[in-house]
Amino acid sequence: MAQSNVTPIHGGAILTAGTPAPDFTLHVTPDQSLTLSDLQGRPVILAFYPADWSPVCGDQMALYNEILPEFQKFGAELLGVSVDGPWCHAAFAENRHLHFPLLADFEPKGAVSRQYGAYRAADGISERALFVIDKNGVIAWSDCSPIAVNPGADGILQALEDLPK
Amino acid sequence: MATLKVLVTAEDHAQGPESAEVTLVEYGDYECPHCGRAYPIVKQVQKHFGQRLRLVFRNFPLGEMHPHAEAAAEVAEFAGSQSKFWEMHDLLFENQTRLGDDLFSELAERLKLSTNALAEALEQDTFEPRVRADFGGGVRSGVNGTPTFFINGHRHDDSFDYDTLVSAIRQAMGTAKSA
Repeated sequence: MAQSNVTPIHGGAILTAGTPAPDFTLHVTPDQSLTLSDLQGRPVILAFYPADWSPVCGDQMALYNEILPEFQKFGAELLGVSVDGPWCHAAFAENRHLHFPLLADFEPKGAVSRQYGAYRAADGISERALFVIDKNGVIAWSDCSPIAVNPGADGILQALEDLPK
Repeated sequence: MATLKVLVTAEDHAQGPESAEVTLVEYGDYECPHCGRAYPIVKQVQKHFGQRLRLVFRNFPLGEMHPHAEAAAEVAEFAGSQSKFWEMHDLLFENQTRLGDDLFSELAERLKLSTNALAEALEQDTFEPRVRADFGGGVRSGVNGTPTFFINGHRHDDSFDYDTLVSAIRQAMGTAKSA
């Protein structure tokens, strides 16, 4: 692709629509991994977020958990990603009754977040960045929110709706 | 910026005149402690603005987190079907720590609603479609937790403490006037 694939947002530069989604394998639990390309054939929602255990009800991951049936109407797979380790994710997922995988971008720290332009090096955490990847593994939509603002799910749902049928 | 995708209609539960300068829409969950904290603040805000403000409440129960939230929302809708929505809304928030079937019956009795009819409505999920419709509309509008407020259709991304809400509403009144 000739043109630049990155747009500067909030000082960073997240990958934008049209870019093939960089493949990765990350731990979901201490003894289980997930590879992005294994999910080809259906849309994937990649939700990078700063940290487990943010002290509010209806934080971003808990909210997406409630909205999961809406995502599933599109056959989409939701993956949460943060730099927290797999044990931390396991405890968080159990506490919040999460029904989707949380991936540990833990070692080397933030490597996948960096590939997507979604890493805040100064803070050592992922951005609040969302990617909708189409069934062919190409980014169809992306968005980066200010770190303190939970973006909700309206953008994701719109992007899923806009995917070619 | 996230905006309200489902316009306020006569189907909504509203306090205050349709002609009010500002409409404040709250997406809330009766079991959410933050909504519980917002409840008296919103009352104060309503008192402050009087007839210049219209309040609309829509359901956004986070059922995975709050086991009684969905039922509580349906209880309020049941009361709403008998013109007692706001009475039940208030009682549910005022008794937030006791949500459950016993409380629901107790509150129904207090509002002189049939406890049998309530039990039947809950059993048959009569008001579930209404609650789901609110929830779905909220998701589309960018509700990002509870409570989420919209002031004249724009999501309020700031704190819901009294001063912040009042100043945001006042600002919306200024915009409405100059428009």
